[in-house]
Amino acid sequence: MAEANLKVFRGEKDSGTFENYKVPIEEGMVVLDAIHWIQQNVDPSIAVRWNCKAAKCGSCSAEVNGRPSLLCKSRMDKFEPGEEITVQPIKTFPHVKDLVADVSWNYEVNKKIVPFTPKPGHNWVVYQEDIERVQEFRKCIECFLCQNVCHVLRDHNRKDGFYGPRFMVRLAGLEMHPVDDANRLKMVKEDAGIGFCNITKCCTEVCPEDIHITDNAIIPMKERVVDEFYDPIAKFFKSVFKAK
Amino acid sequence: MMTNYETHEHDVLVIGAGGAGLRAAIEASAQGMNVGLVCKSLLGKAHTVMAEGGVAAALGNVDPEDNWEVHFQDTMNGGKMMNNWRMAQLHAQEAPDRVRELQEWGAVFDRTNKGAILQRAFGGHKYKRLCHVGDRTGLEMIRTLQDQGVHRGFAVYMECAITKLFKDGDRVSGAFGYYREDGRYVLFKAKAIVLATGGVGKAFTVTSNSWEYTADGQGLAYDAGADLIDMEFVQFHPTGMVWPPGVRGILVTEGVRGEGGILTNKEGKRFMRDYLPESTKDLFSADDEESKRWVDAAIAGVKTNDRRPPELSTRDNVARAIYTEVKEGRGSPHGGVFLDISYQDAARVRKKLPSMYHQFKDLADVDITAGPMEVGPTMHYIMGGIRVDADSQMSRVPGLFAAGECSGGMHGANRLGGNSLSDLIVFGRLAGLGAAEYVRKLGAAPSIDNNDVTAAIDEMEEPFKRASNADMKNPYDVQKTLNQIMSTYVGIFRNKEDLETGIAKLQELKADVQRVGTKGSKVYNPGWHMCRDLKNMLIASEAIARSALSREESRGAHSRTDFENLSPELGKFNTAISKDGDSMKLEKTPCPEMPEELKKFFVKKETTHNG
Repeated sequence: MAEANLKVFRGEKDSGTFENYKVPIEEGMVVLDAIHWIQQNVDPSIAVRWNCKAAKCGSCSAEVNGRPSLLCKSRMDKFEPGEEITVQPIKTFPHVKDLVADVSWNYEVNKKIVPFTPKPGHNWVVYQEDIERVQEFRKCIECFLCQNVCHVLRDHNRKDGFYGPRFMVRLAGLEMHPVDDANRLKMVKEDAGIGFCNITKCCTEVCPEDIHITDNAIIPMKERVVDEFYDPIAKFFKSVFKAK
Repeated sequence: MMTNYETHEHDVLVIGAGGAGLRAAIEASAQGMNVGLVCKSLLGKAHTVMAEGGVAAALGNVDPEDNWEVHFQDTMNGGKMMNNWRMAQLHAQEAPDRVRELQEWGAVFDRTNKGAILQRAFGGHKYKRLCHVGDRTGLEMIRTLQDQGVHRGFAVYMECAITKLFKDGDRVSGAFGYYREDGRYVLFKAKAIVLATGGVGKAFTVTSNSWEYTADGQGLAYDAGADLIDMEFVQFHPTGMVWPPGVRGILVTEGVRGEGGILTNKEGKRFMRDYLPESTKDLFSADDEESKRWVDAAIAGVKTNDRRPPELSTRDNVARAIYTEVKEGRGSPHGGVFLDISYQDAARVRKKLPSMYHQFKDLADVDITAGPMEVGPTMHYIMGGIRVDADSQMSRVPGLFAAGECSGGMHGANRLGGNSLSDLIVFGRLAGLGAAEYVRKLGAAPSIDNNDVTAAIDEMEEPFKRASNADMKNPYDVQKTLNQIMSTYVGIFRNKEDLETGIAKLQELKADVQRVGTKGSKVYNPGWHMCRDLKNMLIASEAIARSALSREESRGAHSRTDFENLSPELGKFNTAISKDGDSMKLEKTPCPEMPEELKKFFVKKETTHNG
């Protein structure tokens, strides 16, 4: 039986080393299967976060040969025979153990977002064409790979100023909901820090749900922020209106 | 040496954060309770996220004839009348409000041409009843409840597993557990506890269930003195992936058949019509032409008098049919049958079944818009579970409530697709209400005995102490043996001899469970976690096998090759399992009697055919 060479980061809180494992390959196997094989046959204490194994829950995020990926979607037959497959935890969040990172910051951010606020007395007649774009955003499985790859968070560690692509998508899903009545644009501009994004589209590239994060969520929201806060004509009318 | 643990106090502690747990926490919190929500995974990753096809509620948006009475009848007929009638009634009556509530909380369901929530057909539902979002309805639901929940002010304990429930006298008084992240221990003092821990799938080899489904609630409740009913009724979903090996068992939504998917064997024969029970034949199309007209009408969103395709029979039937086709040598190359939706417009298939499209393309190199899928039965759901009062969801242990898959009664002998998501929100809410009501009436807060806490700590320390034992067992090896026993002897088709063998082997396995150990630290150590999970899985497995042995008939999902007929007499009793010292007690308890005004819906003559 063919064997794969896995190089897996082992250790706690950043102190650790890469360990090599030889894992027998079955047809259709994914990297998560290989980690489970190690867990069952070599070391039951190897830590990996996973749930559905079907790309629906977004738990098994890691970096495979440097690329942020879901382990359950990383097919073993995509690698050359004998190629070393390096598996390490996502880098942007604090390390816990082996392949597990502490992503709790994301849950704290989520709490700050003003929830869905339906227009009072709305009759809930909503047409499919009016919710298509919101449905795209709601495909998000919160794997946080976009957060992991975003250079504002990853390289500059500006978690103090930028909510990251995941929450731009969430905010866009609320702002573009035809029945929502709240205005989050001030939050988008200030607390969420949309200005930090300079549209490198790395987030879009790694999204396992193929959400067009930059084009469909971030850029339209940047435009809304500009309209709301920087449009000179609107500013003029607003000032006139206010003067009355 | 004294081991440290942190302590939290809540009026209501909810264990499990899928649809039922979240809905219960939201409700108890809305009732003014101080609530804690414990989740074994990160928030929003629970099994609900994997639900695909839809949530059943008689809104009548597509088929205006629909109403709660029809939904109630479909549910009882699907469950072969084993359902707790009151639960089935409450479920059918309240599901529409719960779905509308999700919409008001931000869920974005697919829409009809007239701008209402779109509903699709599913097996066993007379009308188009499943509100859905493509094939990711569970994700929509859990995210909606999660985003609603985080603003309700209850505490959330993520990646925290509960290992013990405490009682003060008869009453529930708290729970003990550990955080997966670093293994530190935690004690919850609670006046009421809601179990919403889901199912038992990890006891089987081929399952659609995630690692979390280790029968935690069933095991904890059993140990605390609750009884488990209907455990023999285990649902094998007819369509799981069968190839490649790594994805075996992953769910293929019933929505594929709801949208017109056709099942064929290797000879190209559309076989489902041959397996329709005589009593339901007139509900289905007479030939492929009529099926096609029904599908065309469904796609166009217009009404039709044509009847539905035979693929939309109930899950127990379709699973048995596929199993039989494969066993008799008419299966597909990898031991399944073919499920085909590729005759429809490719863009529509991608729109209505996006995750199926990606799942097959990414994991199996199959383009479902160009050719058929290979599918076969996969262990999916347990109808049985903790017995609860239908209105309050309280078990026979005062203060201990249960909702969702870990509770029993609602689905009888076979669950209809889509009735699970509605179950979660209807009974999650009722459990939250029931727990709040109980706490309000409770006098002094119950207390926890320190010795109980010490015993709970000792239990969790054991696996490390065994690490150096020569006869230490690897917990994953023991799980594998358990899986083999359950899949071999307690599978889709059962008989006395197999079940007795299975029970004997489970008894032998108990010794191994006492020997499992693990090396390493307590920091995120899955091997350690598995050592504890095995105990719950073993309780549930034994309960399933013993209940199955005791039911000498075939009913719903429980198929006995040595008792192929349904027995009207046996249908009057539930199987109840409870703890009796060190052994498992089995009783036959009479099913609750349905009142006359509901009985009138079920006048058709008695049948002994299970289908």
